[in-house]
Amino acid sequence: MSADIATFINIGERTNVTGSARFKRLILDGEYETALDVARQQVENGAQIIDINMDEAMLDSVEAMRTFINLIASEPDISRVPIMIDSSKWEVIETGLKCVQGKAIVNSISLKEGEEQFLHQARLIKRYGAATVVMAFDETGQADTQTRKIEICQRSYKLLTEKIGFAPEDIIFDPNIFAVATGIEEHNNYAVDFIEATREIKRTCPHVHISGGLSNISFSFRGNNPVREAMHSVFLYYAIRAGMNMAIVNAGQLEVYDAIPDELRNAVEDVILNRRADATERLLDIAPKYQGDGKAAAQEDLSWREAPVTKRLEYALVKGITDYIIDDTEEARLEAERPLHVIEGPLMDGMNVVGDLFGEGKMFLPQVVKSARVMKKAVAHLQPYIEAEKDGVKSSNGKILMATVKGDVHDIGKNIVGVVLQCNNFEVIDMGVMVPCETILKTARDENVDMIGLSGLITPSLDEMVHVAKEMERQGFDMPLLIGGATTSKAHTAVKIEQNYHGPVAYVPNASRAVGVCQKLISATARPIFAQALSEEYETVRAQHARKKPRSKPVTLEQARANAAQPDFSQGIVAPQQLGVTPVSADLSTLREYIDWTPFFLTWSLAGKYPRILDDEVIGEQARELLSDANAMLDNVIANASLQAKGVIGLFAANRVNDDIEIYADTQREALLGTAHHLRQQTLKDNHPNYCLADFVAPKSSGIEDYVGAFAVTAGIGEDDLAEQFIQAGDDYNAIMVKAVADRLAEAFAEYLHEQVRKEYWGYAKDEALSNEALIREKYQGIRPAPGYAACPEHTEKQLIWDLLEVEKHTGMKLTESYAMWPGAAVSGWYFAHPQARYFAVAKIQQDQLADYAQRKQWDMAMATKWLAPNLHD
Amino acid sequence: MNSTRTQQLYEIAKQRILILDGAMGTMIQEHKLEEADYRGDAYANWHCDVKGNNDLLAVTQPDLIFDIHCAYLEAGADIIETNTFNATTIAMADYDMQAHSRQINLDAARLAKRAADLYTAKTPDKPRYVAGVLGPTNRTASISPDVNDPGKRNVTFDQLVEAYIESCEALIEGGSDIILIETIFDTLNAKAAVFAVETVFDKQGYTLPVMVSGTITDASGRTLSGQTAEAFYYSLRHVSPFSFGLNCALGPDLLRQYVVEVAAVSECLVSAHPNAGLPNEFGEYDMDADEMAAHIGEWAQAGLVNIVGGCCGSTPAHIRALAKAVENAAPRAIPEIEVKMRLSGLEPFVH
Repeated sequence: MSADIATFINIGERTNVTGSARFKRLILDGEYETALDVARQQVENGAQIIDINMDEAMLDSVEAMRTFINLIASEPDISRVPIMIDSSKWEVIETGLKCVQGKAIVNSISLKEGEEQFLHQARLIKRYGAATVVMAFDETGQADTQTRKIEICQRSYKLLTEKIGFAPEDIIFDPNIFAVATGIEEHNNYAVDFIEATREIKRTCPHVHISGGLSNISFSFRGNNPVREAMHSVFLYYAIRAGMNMAIVNAGQLEVYDAIPDELRNAVEDVILNRRADATERLLDIAPKYQGDGKAAAQEDLSWREAPVTKRLEYALVKGITDYIIDDTEEARLEAERPLHVIEGPLMDGMNVVGDLFGEGKMFLPQVVKSARVMKKAVAHLQPYIEAEKDGVKSSNGKILMATVKGDVHDIGKNIVGVVLQCNNFEVIDMGVMVPCETILKTARDENVDMIGLSGLITPSLDEMVHVAKEMERQGFDMPLLIGGATTSKAHTAVKIEQNYHGPVAYVPNASRAVGVCQKLISATARPIFAQALSEEYETVRAQHARKKPRSKPVTLEQARANAAQPDFSQGIVAPQQLGVTPVSADLSTLREYIDWTPFFLTWSLAGKYPRILDDEVIGEQARELLSDANAMLDNVIANASLQAKGVIGLFAANRVNDDIEIYADTQREALLGTAHHLRQQTLKDNHPNYCLADFVAPKSSGIEDYVGAFAVTAGIGEDDLAEQFIQAGDDYNAIMVKAVADRLAEAFAEYLHEQVRKEYWGYAKDEALSNEALIREKYQGIRPAPGYAACPEHTEKQLIWDLLEVEKHTGMKLTESYAMWPGAAVSGWYFAHPQARYFAVAKIQQDQLADYAQRKQWDMAMATKWLAPNLHD
Repeated sequence: MNSTRTQQLYEIAKQRILILDGAMGTMIQEHKLEEADYRGDAYANWHCDVKGNNDLLAVTQPDLIFDIHCAYLEAGADIIETNTFNATTIAMADYDMQAHSRQINLDAARLAKRAADLYTAKTPDKPRYVAGVLGPTNRTASISPDVNDPGKRNVTFDQLVEAYIESCEALIEGGSDIILIETIFDTLNAKAAVFAVETVFDKQGYTLPVMVSGTITDASGRTLSGQTAEAFYYSLRHVSPFSFGLNCALGPDLLRQYVVEVAAVSECLVSAHPNAGLPNEFGEYDMDADEMAAHIGEWAQAGLVNIVGGCCGSTPAHIRALAKAVENAAPRAIPEIEVKMRLSGLEPFVH
């Protein structure tokens, strides 16, 4: 009956003083905090609406209703669902209506006191903006027979819709559920009366809902919960088919129809359907057999283990629990006709729930990735059976090829998107990192994929994406192209990529958007509309971009140089303790103390500053869990030494010549080891210099002896192997976690090493004593800007660091053709020691500086334009 | 308003996108009024400061308010809003002027009516309408003012109903053609306003079109009181609004997605009057008329809206530009929405 249950509204019944002794005691004792927990648990357990009833003689019901509903309003976990205001006193109902901002349901009104009062109350309910339950009750009493139930409901319907224009969809009829098997013959047909009346009311009163208080039906079996639950389940089975679609019920305690033992089910059906005169006696006879402690006392935590296997699979997927997944999958496989059906049925259903929850913002990214881990384990278990059937055909939403483009090694974001898409039943072909255009396109053709997703983190990757788009156009591709990654943007996609390719091009800002975009692009009906909307959106972006005035006025390179920073070099320059290149290492347990966690959470789409994020109302719990998983990973890699940190630093005599820095072999300052080329800010500055990193080194002409440093570190040695091991084990979550943690360790290494350099290797700040927080906030003297980032945005300068420090020889770190560092968890940069050295963004430069830079680098203009592209455009 | 004019309004709305006016506060600010200006002659001896009580200007500086109305009508507004955002007894209590609420609402509606009639006479083929504004008040019926006492409220539903009835009656008496409940950040306040408006209609024996406009406060996509746009609509659709929409808090770029959400579920016209961008560090709004018009023009092309205008930071230049941007666009077609039970908590529940 699960399909019908899905379309059936279950209303939480525990916040009702007449139905729950515990709740009543809490309210009477004024324990509202705990009473709120009762409401919260109901919502967590799946109640779609919560019924609140304060009708108790010992209670000021008006005040209790007001207080409780006001308190609920402050609890988003509870107040996300609609409220049913339940009272036999109109005064209490009206008080409730004055406190709810949502559209609530009144429970209930009826013709008991005549038409006038009925319509008066209904008019007010309409004005307060609520729906209402209407009891099958009139001036002569409560409807018991089928005819009376139908008659009263039809009369009420007519009055409400015709006399006062009450919306029919806001009417919920309760045709009265009465106890059967009471021993009184007239009661025997009550269930049938209800079921048949329901059928007729639904037919003649369009758009209404039918509800009822389920527990009444089994009243005569108080004390025997298994029999009561069987009766509820059987009654619902038939009533739902007749059109009942709501009930006040404890959904967690409903026995599954198919799971009721045959003997009991037959006996119960005889009673409910009034199939034989001795039905009551027969049920009474067998009832004691089924009496027992049952599942009423099930343990809080493991109660889900008693659900049917499909529900257990769903629960495990939603909660990300792998402990039982193999057993449950095996059980489902034995029940299924074919192993593939387990994937297509319960597992996909479960993942759809995950997808929906994620789409609604009720699950967060790390949870989804954990769900994927559960899914992969289940699928891995089924794989051999599926292959044994020699039928690998799997129906998926569509096939998506994903790749980090040539020259780029960053893949954390891409992997997260891949996992999320897989959760939503897309088949993902992940080609990994540094994938050349040709390989991407060939695979796309060979595998007959539905779309291509490109990712990249460093700026040169933007050009590579443009290249791929152009090649797709040239080679006659038609499929959608998705663009994502840290440096990509809607503006870049609109201005640079989309116009080069006639197929749909979609910029995907983050993993949570990916599913929606892919679903729209995969659907034959939605795709043209979405593609059209995209192309219009990009047209608008282009128009805005074209209109955009430069934020600030450009100045010539000459003017900018005239406004260079002029730090005081006359005193305070400290010569490094030892010049030259020094390989360094660090142990991970030390680096761990230097981690800046804030960006780590951002990687997982949890935004907020560490440590405050841990107490965040919405994502705090998730953040704490994520941090504990990260710490577990750290413990693991430290214990097994499965990641290694290596680095190298160099300290050199150096002097500035214009915007270059000459780096010398020794203190004679004659033999040149290399020249670092820097860029200067080129917009009009009112109160600031036009900065260039070279400004922070004493000019050669001054005769002052100055120094610079350089470094390259990684904490990613072993990360790819380790991630691969996790992937092989079906654990994408930890595969991503390894890289996210390695990434943080590399940054921590850079921070730690900078401190060592300041205090010892260079030793210009021997007495520094700063906390980790102060380090993160960069409260120290000197800077460590990284090529490829704001102050020195041109990536090829990394080559000089590699040459000066012999980075590859000392650490194994490599540069790709786009000057991305491998392993991905790596940082390199320059050291400047001057107290006035500061970070800044070069931002937009002009043609004169482009030409000047080309000449300094001995490049032609095309080459210079290519590498400086990000700084030539807004 | 007589029913022919109401009918005409519905007719025009079928044919084209209606233009609402822009910000009143922004325009008043430009005059850099001082305490004495706010007081005028009528309140020269008032016992507390009234500078900043913009709604009082309908009484003390009527020409200034009249000119602002005219500037928006000149720019092409079909509907102008009365200067009564804070004119309820509840909000007027800040200046100890609760007893003057009725007069302020009445004067403000009359001023707007005079301006609208002037322009209707100038352009009879483009009749102008006055929307009597019921603001959110400065109190919230479903949020506690005290973090340590979540059950506490500093205003009740009944108090709100009483205040709104007084304002609404004066607005209608002063000549409002439409009632506009706007900048709703707490839906329960708006439900009280709806309750009041329907009570007044009942008493008077006729109804006016009601426009409802809520505020999505930030990127969470929710009202201040926590509802999603769709849930918010379900909470208020019982008033059978003439239009339903969003205003304030966000610029058009950020507001668009929520307008889309409202447009998808609303069985009535959809309105939107966003801010001119987000305030910069000086509290000023930077989005110029052309940029705002480009956004709103795109909404019109996408078939999202029936009524557009501006909120904080917008000026007659903005309204002129956006009127031009939408002049040839078809209004949003009201979608066929399946009949279902549509309830809400903070989130919608449809069955």
